[in-house]
Amino acid sequence: MAELVAVIASTHHPFYYRASTATGEDRPPFADEWVRKVEAFRETLTKARPDVLVMVGSDHFHQLWLDNMPQFLVGKAPFYDANWYNEEREFGLPRMFFTGQEDLSAYILREGLDAGFDLAFSNELRIDHSITCPIITLRPQNDLPIVPIYTNIFAPPLPQPKRFVQLGRTIRELVEAWPSDKRVAVIGTGHLSLELGGPRQFGPHGPDPEFDRKAVEWISTGDIEGCLAEVTLESLHLPGNATHGFMDFMLMMGVAGEGAKADYVDTYDLFHTMEAYFTWYPNGGVA
Amino acid sequence: MSKYLMNKFLFTVDRDPELVERYREDPRGTVEWWEAEYANKLLSCHGGEASTWLRFEDVEREALAAHDYPKLFELGAHPFLTLTLFIGMFERDYEPLGFQTEYARRLAHVSLPYPDITT
Repeated sequence: MAELVAVIASTHHPFYYRASTATGEDRPPFADEWVRKVEAFRETLTKARPDVLVMVGSDHFHQLWLDNMPQFLVGKAPFYDANWYNEEREFGLPRMFFTGQEDLSAYILREGLDAGFDLAFSNELRIDHSITCPIITLRPQNDLPIVPIYTNIFAPPLPQPKRFVQLGRTIRELVEAWPSDKRVAVIGTGHLSLELGGPRQFGPHGPDPEFDRKAVEWISTGDIEGCLAEVTLESLHLPGNATHGFMDFMLMMGVAGEGAKADYVDTYDLFHTMEAYFTWYPNGGVA
Repeated sequence: MSKYLMNKFLFTVDRDPELVERYREDPRGTVEWWEAEYANKLLSCHGGEASTWLRFEDVEREALAAHDYPKLFELGAHPFLTLTLFIGMFERDYEPLGFQTEYARRLAHVSLPYPDITT
């Protein structure tokens, strides 16, 4: 069976690429420390020596649209092009190209359907910064095949938070049951408190530092029960109007498991939103 | 209310570099053209299979034609779509992040709960 060698949950900040590559007077004052933190985080994936990456993210109205909106979608393609014109325009992100791990996509779809998740699929998926940002931060050489999984945290009606946790648990079960000798890392990205297109956007910190503090505590201690007791689709409006992206962190808590303390935790308080980085080694360490 | 159609306008303009410039330079003309020629286009289908029933409410058409993004927020347009397109059009006229903070300031009167964006 395949081995789950690392579970990683991260924010996906589209400004990292530009900040980290800027030089001279274009380089923002927070860039050096940000790069240092990201490189330390990257090492937690490198050490796990993965062969395949399952990438959980959310399309930002690029390919998935309101005339045909899936709640959970698995990419099943041999290749994926990535990043979109408006991400080049706003964030300076480069065009990217990925190889797919198509047999694992097929396995997750078949077994996920049989496990009670009516997963949508795509045979031609252009992926966006929710998946390319963690490749840029965690695996910039982009040399590993991926399985992209998209969640709808964006276009209500949304699935309930507990459903994200359940899907995370199921993804873990499926990866660990996949008949393969590959070493698999599951990487998912979301947000802490975040406001986009509202009055609290682009402030000196994230819109709700108290929510961020609690969120980091829930994630780093694996407190799924405590998190589910407080977080609802309604409550997520309060910390910022884009905070439903936190449900992708909840999905990753489901992958990591109830009570699973993160082996690596780091945060970085930036303008606009707080960065947060978590790694779990499910088998108690890196072999 | 046709929140969906406002979103469809923002979505289809934002992903097309020529339409972004056209909407920046001639918002009213672009909205009129779009509603007549594009609003009913089923995006994955040829023209013969267009929809037949989509049109803006007057207040929605006017908000789009006036580049009135606080009004679009109030009407329940998806804030991510509005923000992304308006950054694409107007960020260039400001200092770095200046447009984003101006945008927040123009919405400062808004309090929770925000308008429902469910379509």
